Amino acid sequence: MQALAEAAGKFVFFIGLIVLNIAAILTWVERKQSAVMQDRIGANRATIFGIRMLGMFHMLADMLKLFTKEFFIPMGARRFVYLLAPMISLLFALVGFAAIPFGDTLILGGREIPLQIANVNIGILYIFAVLGMAVYGVVLGAWASNNNYALLGGLRASAQMLSYEVAIGVSLVGVIMVYQTVDLMEIARAQGQLLWGWLPQWGILLQPLGFLIFMTAGIAETKRIPFDAPEGESEIVGYFIEYSGMGFGMYFLTDFLETILIASLTVTFFLGGFQVPYLYADGFHFPWGQAILLPNIAVAALQFLSFLIKLIVLLFIMMAIRWTLPRFRYDQIMHLGWKILLPASLINILITAVVLTIIG
Amino acid sequence: MLLHFAAPFIFVIVAAAFIALNLLISRLLQPRVPSAGKNTTYECGEIPIGSSWVQFNIRFYVITLIFVIFDVEIVFLVPWAVVFKDLGWFAFVEVVIFVFILLVGLAYAWRKGDLEWDKPETGKFARDAAPQLFEEVGTERQQTVQEVTL
Amino acid sequence: MQEILFFVLAAVAVLSALGMLLNKNPVYSVLLLIVTLFSIAGLYVLLNASFIAAVHLIVYAGAIMVLFLFVIMLLDIRADVEHINLKRLSRILALLATFIFLGETFLIIWMSLKGKAAFVGLGEGILGDVPSVGELLFTKYLLPFEIASVLLLVAIVGAIILAKRKLRPEPPAA
Repeated sequence: MQALAEAAGKFVFFIGLIVLNIAAILTWVERKQSAVMQDRIGANRATIFGIRMLGMFHMLADMLKLFTKEFFIPMGARRFVYLLAPMISLLFALVGFAAIPFGDTLILGGREIPLQIANVNIGILYIFAVLGMAVYGVVLGAWASNNNYALLGGLRASAQMLSYEVAIGVSLVGVIMVYQTVDLMEIARAQGQLLWGWLPQWGILLQPLGFLIFMTAGIAETKRIPFDAPEGESEIVGYFIEYSGMGFGMYFLTDFLETILIASLTVTFFLGGFQVPYLYADGFHFPWGQAILLPNIAVAALQFLSFLIKLIVLLFIMMAIRWTLPRFRYDQIMHLGWKILLPASLINILITAVVLTIIG
Repeated sequence: MLLHFAAPFIFVIVAAAFIALNLLISRLLQPRVPSAGKNTTYECGEIPIGSSWVQFNIRFYVITLIFVIFDVEIVFLVPWAVVFKDLGWFAFVEVVIFVFILLVGLAYAWRKGDLEWDKPETGKFARDAAPQLFEEVGTERQQTVQEVTL
Repeated sequence: MQEILFFVLAAVAVLSALGMLLNKNPVYSVLLLIVTLFSIAGLYVLLNASFIAAVHLIVYAGAIMVLFLFVIMLLDIRADVEHINLKRLSRILALLATFIFLGETFLIIWMSLKGKAAFVGLGEGILGDVPSVGELLFTKYLLPFEIASVLLLVAIVGAIILAKRKLRPEPPAA
């Protein structure tokens, strides 16, 4: 019973308060950042009592709009699957967050609470399974819509997602080899150790090629702009073309949640997770001998904050990539996935294996 | 052990409840005014012709098949990666053989052109496709066309 | 607790499998089969075999079922398909497979009634998690592992050749 309450509480805190809010803010960032990059003003119309807040109220307005618009089922659609598809899509986007470690252990009133919703001992495989399920929301929505554009978009999306899943999987094998575990919490903890006594053992330093491959394949998996052939706004719109109101809203939210999920995974695997350099369970221990001791709650707060800052910086970079690169052609997308990223990630495994065996 | 998996299970239920709540709120707030025009298939205002189903390229299917095989490969690589440091060179050689055999498969698919997708047939510039057209127009126009068709 | 979970999961697995067989719409059949696969993965978790559970979801639910959906979309099998006309040979084979399966089930029940374990359970302390599977795979079951790679190679080559022979010579779509 206590485990149940704990899991539900963590859901409300991590998903309800953190992840969903970041997703909402991202919709605003996406518009405002692009405006700044393109020398425009961007979203600034929505006000509450004359307060503009740089147009931040647009996300509230968008949300209200999505809630109050009619969600109708177009003619010829397969009703049941049509309604089910966006729910499946959103569900699996949410479920992925269960394995992300947002921080190390927090001790509250003598109870140890790991700052991770579910400590699954098959971590990476769990993430991999959840990412694989994302295809269903897309394919089913496309098929149920009874629309040429939707079907075409769904096909493109699913083939693209499958192709890049391979690259994601193989690049993660490199991470597993270095840290010798598939548990995400353990991977995050291992990144707190130091190399040669001063360099934090972050994944990006031990697996630089793996980081690049994972990041690229991750962006492709979210179908964001350089890889948006399946949902090009100016071209075929995508598998959600027939969706209105909350149905579209759910696909929209899934899109942002997947972006946050990929960013959180990148942080966990490659950017040290929740680790702050030289911060240990009892406070800072610098390599030059100085130590600042901190209570557990301060350490947990610092770790959580560090995770959030890394996540936000990474999301900002992903958004900047989105507004910098033009869309790839579909043949270029498939070429990159199968002929560059897959061989590169296999070579990455070989290099890692040789190096690890030699230094033993 | 079971407790590890109780949390994701509860998580799925809470997430599903969250989605259902969203839909319910939206259902209560939204108007429901169906009309024939609104319910037609969206094709930029045109009335759709024929079935929504298109004969799609067999490549999509072949890619999925190749994906299934590499998916299985990743599944085999994961347990190796975890225990690899303890097993040393021997396991390393085993996996190199394993990966090499699969690379032969990838090379085969590559060679047979199953990883190739349709590319635009014109060369790098539209000028190469229809040179005589470009000779007729002035240089300024030529540049514009070149930029546009790129 | 464990028993309740087992019976719930088993019931879901059997019912959705039945639904898969009886449903006329192939897409619904695929969806129900996915439900079956999920509940079987749950059963694996109950058996402490978390690695197999994950692999089951990744390979079957995540990859092979997508392939099934693709085939259904490729052929555009409509909801109102007429009942499939089984050839005589297929009927005989189907009957044969059913009898083999029934026989095996009977054997298991009979042996467990006689007090002999028909199958070897996981010993105490042996977990089906990733490191233990890895160690066994690369020491004791080395040959099957390498043969699996050859099998996968054959599968790739077979897929490509089949796709070429059956569907390539048709007029290319614009």
